[in-house]
Amino acid sequence: MAAPLLQLDHIAKSFGAVRALRGVTFDLLPGEVHALAGENGAGKSTLINVIAGVHRPDSGSLLIDGRPIDRLTPAQAREMGIATVHQQPALFPDLTVSENIALALEPPDGLRRIDWKERHERAVQLLHRAGAAIDPRRGAGELSMPEQQLVEIAKALGAGARILILDEPTASLTRKETELLHGVLTDLKARGAGIIYISHRLHEIFAMADRVTVLRDGESIASFPTAETDEASLVRLMVGRETASSYPALACTAGGKMLSVTNLTCDRSRIRNISFDVSRGEVFGIAGLIGAGRTELARTLFGITPADRGEIVIDGKLARIRSLREAIDLGIGYLPEDRRRHGIVQKMSIAANITMALHPRIFPFGFIQPRRERALAESYMRQLAIKAPSPETLCGALSGGNQQKAALSRWLATDPKVLILDEPSQGVDVGAKAEMHNIIRELAAKGVAIILISSDLSEVLGASDRIGVMRSGEMAQIFERKDADADSLMRAALPARGRTVS
Amino acid sequence: MNQWSREIWVASVLAALLALLAVFAPAFYAPMPLLSRCSEQAPALIMTVGMALLIIARQIDVSVGSQFAVCAVIAGTLTAAKAPLVIAVATAIAAGGAMGALNGLLVAGLGLPSIVVTLATMATWEQALRLFQQGRFVALPEGTQWWGLGQTMGQWTLIAAACLITAAFAVAMKHTSGGRRVYAVGSDAESALLAGIDPRKTVFRLFILMGLLAGLAAALNIVRSPQVDPKAGLGLELKVIAAVVVGGVAVSGGRGSVWGASVGLLLLATINPALTYLHVDAYWEKATQGVVILAALIADSLKRRTHAGR
Repeated sequence: MAAPLLQLDHIAKSFGAVRALRGVTFDLLPGEVHALAGENGAGKSTLINVIAGVHRPDSGSLLIDGRPIDRLTPAQAREMGIATVHQQPALFPDLTVSENIALALEPPDGLRRIDWKERHERAVQLLHRAGAAIDPRRGAGELSMPEQQLVEIAKALGAGARILILDEPTASLTRKETELLHGVLTDLKARGAGIIYISHRLHEIFAMADRVTVLRDGESIASFPTAETDEASLVRLMVGRETASSYPALACTAGGKMLSVTNLTCDRSRIRNISFDVSRGEVFGIAGLIGAGRTELARTLFGITPADRGEIVIDGKLARIRSLREAIDLGIGYLPEDRRRHGIVQKMSIAANITMALHPRIFPFGFIQPRRERALAESYMRQLAIKAPSPETLCGALSGGNQQKAALSRWLATDPKVLILDEPSQGVDVGAKAEMHNIIRELAAKGVAIILISSDLSEVLGASDRIGVMRSGEMAQIFERKDADADSLMRAALPARGRTVS
Repeated sequence: MNQWSREIWVASVLAALLALLAVFAPAFYAPMPLLSRCSEQAPALIMTVGMALLIIARQIDVSVGSQFAVCAVIAGTLTAAKAPLVIAVATAIAAGGAMGALNGLLVAGLGLPSIVVTLATMATWEQALRLFQQGRFVALPEGTQWWGLGQTMGQWTLIAAACLITAAFAVAMKHTSGGRRVYAVGSDAESALLAGIDPRKTVFRLFILMGLLAGLAAALNIVRSPQVDPKAGLGLELKVIAAVVVGGVAVSGGRGSVWGASVGLLLLATINPALTYLHVDAYWEKATQGVVILAALIADSLKRRTHAGR
């Protein structure tokens, strides 16, 4: 057997309190396609960032060509022939394709004369090898997403990559482009390169990869040739764990319907014919892969991208939500994902952030009553145990969990009927996550209808009364809590083709 | 850190400068030239208020000088044609509002960058005015004044109006929902949107407000001299923007105050005459202004760095 190109041994990496990788062992042989499978958040991205030198592991060893590498930098990784093609291509949109390729390949030498002809010819040749029919003179910004990915692959080919990491390469490729890509990979394998292949589409893993390693909760669970397994057992390994017990006991107090959505369609955000309802006091979980349309659904309900067709009924009344302000006035609250960027205004105080959505209601004629604002802020800081010196403290100075609680306070203060929580425990530590879920249960007990969007299956399973699974912009299936397990959710979430192939 | 630290700093520099003048050049405080100097700054103060709001909201308007010139000529022409003063003033303000609305429409409606939009409208108004007016001054009828007030009282009225507007907006920015919206939009437009604040509406309204204030400043200004100079607004935008920046409003948006900006204007406006009175070579005047602006920017960046370093 040939010596492995890459060996990882018990790699661990934490970000603050979050343990992204707990111990990953992985190797890559020349001439093989080695797939990485795992749920969202299993640690795949962190792992490829470790291999590409972006993150330095806290512990564990990394060997390239049998040589231990202590401090891998991105530049070193590139030199050693490691290339990554990300799901979101990182091309310079204002430069042409050939300039983008040249930037990746030519040494940064400011004084050298540019040989435009050579650049062009090389680009043509590399694009041809990548199976892409793209004119190198086109601006990279005009290319479609799949075309940009192919340019990235051409860059990697030009760099003579021996270790090629493809992160969800087929997430946006058409069938024909996928077949072309397979041809490219076969070509690379023949040249002795190793390919790390990440995909949610299990049938592709079986079609493309020689081996597969399953990651779960930052650990490598199993590793075996694809010929020795099938999709069902792979799925079981990906999710296979008992639902964590860190969630408060379900005390479903569901009353009458609070929110009914019928055939909701928004062309702009690509969600189609979505129907579901949520009762008072119910937590309705929404699961699905990244890009399945979960956040898009939330943004449509919240009036950011108003629906084109379909019906929304809130508390028995037909609601026409054309703007965010209308959504707020109808009693909808939305805690966005990516709290740091959108959930709160970092440069403003806790008090200002908490009252931000409330102004017209609590301050008639637009005059802020400082005492009232302060009292309101203090009351939420107490209820949610936000740790901060005073309501005047800037939100940017708080920890992740406290920022999240401040963001949540803003919506609690509006006294919502329907509260949409988008990845509420993303980037907060375990303790804050448990607190967050206690708060969610208390809210439900008060009769709020809660929509909980999460990429973490155990969170959806642990905290929801019913669960809807979204897939490609549609509500694929709705489960009662007792009928759902990680296995069935994952199957419902995977693209249809992936399930029929097996 | 004290949120007012920057304002206090600028005010201290101003106070020191004034003290220096009191000791070494008491002539600076002679009543008549002082009154005239103050009233000369009043229109700029009114516009500084509008500019402070725009920059806090992370926008800018470099066309305010041209707006001022257009509005001044409109007010002057109407007055010369024996229109009632009220009509002349109202028309000038409305014209300013219309020009501001155009900027707002292009920036907020079409999402174009405000620096480019207002650069274009600045050139447009300036050239249109040149074409129309051919550089001619507009002679005002003898004794054009507010409701028959004397020259001195007219100047006082002007100063009082500017101070009143400044105070009103300074209070509003801190104590009203509207002020809060401006800070929120300037800090983080996307977050503001997700909290139910419409950034585009806010920005649109701010541009209109800027135009209205430029119109008001121009209309009030006509009482200061017997004729209207169509080039009077030239370079006014720079002075106003510099005042806002010196006064501690962050160009990156979301931080600063109307108080600070107005103190910034007073500081910049005091430096020139102070240098004259202190017998510093006139060549140093512009350079000193530049140094003050640079010092303010450097102070900002140092402050940011120490913040980030924690």
